[in-house]
Amino acid sequence: MSEPNAKSVLTTPIFKNNPIALQILGICSALAVTSSMSVSLVMSLAVIFVTAFSNFFVSLIRHHIPSSIRIIVQMTIIASLVIVVDQILKAYAYEMSKQLSVFVGLIITNCIVMGRAEGFAMTNSPGMSLLDGIGNGIGYGFILMTVGFFRELFGSGTVFGLTVFETVSNGGWYLPNGLMLLPPSAFFIIGLIIWVLRAINPEQIEENEFEMKANSQPKEAV
Amino acid sequence: MGIRQTLDNLEPHFHKGGKYEQFYPLYEAVDTIFYTPPSVAKTTAHVRDGIDLKRIMITVWLCTFPAMFFGMWNAGWQANMAIADGFGAAGGWREAIIMTLAGGHDPGSLWSNFLLGATYFLPIYLVTFVVGGFWEVLFAIKRGHEVNEGFFVTSVLYALILPATIPLWQVALGITFGVVIGKEIFGGTGKNFLNPALTGRAFLYFAYPAQLSGDSVWVAADGYTGATALSTAFQSGMSSLTEKFSWWDAFLGFIPGSVGETSTLAILIGAAVLLWTKIASWRIMLGVFLGMVVTSGLFNLMGSDTNPMFAMPWYWHLVVGGFAFGMVFMATDPVSASMTQQGRLIFGALIGVMTVLIRVVNPAFPEGIMLAILFANLFAPLIDHFFVQANIKRRERRTGDPVGENA
Repeated sequence: MSEPNAKSVLTTPIFKNNPIALQILGICSALAVTSSMSVSLVMSLAVIFVTAFSNFFVSLIRHHIPSSIRIIVQMTIIASLVIVVDQILKAYAYEMSKQLSVFVGLIITNCIVMGRAEGFAMTNSPGMSLLDGIGNGIGYGFILMTVGFFRELFGSGTVFGLTVFETVSNGGWYLPNGLMLLPPSAFFIIGLIIWVLRAINPEQIEENEFEMKANSQPKEAV
Repeated sequence: MGIRQTLDNLEPHFHKGGKYEQFYPLYEAVDTIFYTPPSVAKTTAHVRDGIDLKRIMITVWLCTFPAMFFGMWNAGWQANMAIADGFGAAGGWREAIIMTLAGGHDPGSLWSNFLLGATYFLPIYLVTFVVGGFWEVLFAIKRGHEVNEGFFVTSVLYALILPATIPLWQVALGITFGVVIGKEIFGGTGKNFLNPALTGRAFLYFAYPAQLSGDSVWVAADGYTGATALSTAFQSGMSSLTEKFSWWDAFLGFIPGSVGETSTLAILIGAAVLLWTKIASWRIMLGVFLGMVVTSGLFNLMGSDTNPMFAMPWYWHLVVGGFAFGMVFMATDPVSASMTQQGRLIFGALIGVMTVLIRVVNPAFPEGIMLAILFANLFAPLIDHFFVQANIKRRERRTGDPVGENA
């Protein structure tokens, strides 16, 4: 692998190599916390913070970590950071931390954090690792915010709690789509985002595992 | 031969290099609606059979007609009965049409009932056809496959499983989801693993439960609430169900419900044609039926003091809700069902068992056939896999030759 440059390390994870849309990591929290945008935003910030600093610290001590226990060391760093985030949220944004409930704690098990620590920070300098963590956090946040935007807009007619579509129950015209408030809707939206991203970047399309028979063509028009 | 000539004159424009080249699928669709496709097999050995995809689909489409026409009449009759009891009519353009052509809301008049039902059902069907057809054609042009007759079936089945009072924009949204997410993104007709009509309905069911379920959506009269037969039993037990409707009412279809699902008799007429022409698999229908009978029998034996649904016998399960419609038209969808013969029995039985399970022990949804069929659709490839592997192993044991090269 060529020497990574700062700009590409920061920006490729957003569209070109998105942790959710291409690597399909961290889906569970994307389903669970995206029913409103403000929750998605806090979750994104928390994940950006954790991936950035876990990458940074893992990279700092990467030459001193014995290979056989590296996962444990990484976990210790990640878990400490997650506890810090959790405590800060509880202290300064108690309502929000109640809405996020266990999902802040579950950042520990978020595959993106682990994956970047193991896949990038163990072999790169601390500065680059920090940028990589931020980039991947932003990539995760981008999907979360997009999913959150559609789910909140169509599910409750609001964006960041501000009314955009006046719902029928408040005397408006918009009938909220109940499916959007259920976690499975995030699957559909993430699927559609992947569709859009791969339509823009065709190199993301995977090789077929097996060849499917071609569609029956219209009769040959010659 | 006017149409043939017109089509032939137009055809060069749609060929490669013609000015409407990209709209070829659209031309082809219109052509095959009027005439048999001219393509024939060119190699030596092929099956001589008059039945092709087009004929299969049209037959299924025709088989829904008894249920469709009865459903229109029944929707009108239910509404006229409610209006006769003093509930308001829906008003608007529907009222204008009915007053002009039928002259009033008389539940005794066949024509008045039928017309009222038609003013609800036909717009639903039209919207389904136009919106769903739009997506079909869009994907056909974009992906270069043909628009085929499968959509006739999807559209009519989808329209028949909706309540008459559903807002038309929801119809459009549901069929969009069904066609695009349920079918086209997997490659179009023949490659979908879920039944598109049910996918669309499931989307609406979870997105807009207030318009798809509950007590007030089944009868098209203002302010009227009447539970379906199934939710009557679900809420207050078998005795109040039998007080309200007789079994024959439910069998013949004089009960509130989605447009096409109420009359088990009309559905069975369609089923008879489907089975006689061997278009639908009798194994699937039998599987669904037996699965339902056995599971409901088990629940009858178990009994329950708190859950009245435990006591519902199999012959009631058969006639209430969408069971018959799902068994005949939805479960037998050749694409999303199992492909192996034995697998079809298992596939059907899974649907029957799941339907009764959802109906009886699930506290949230009174009806289970839709979710049961979608659930079984997911398992169809797995069921096939086991039977195919078993066949391969059996052959191997018999001949010691896994691929049959020396057989």
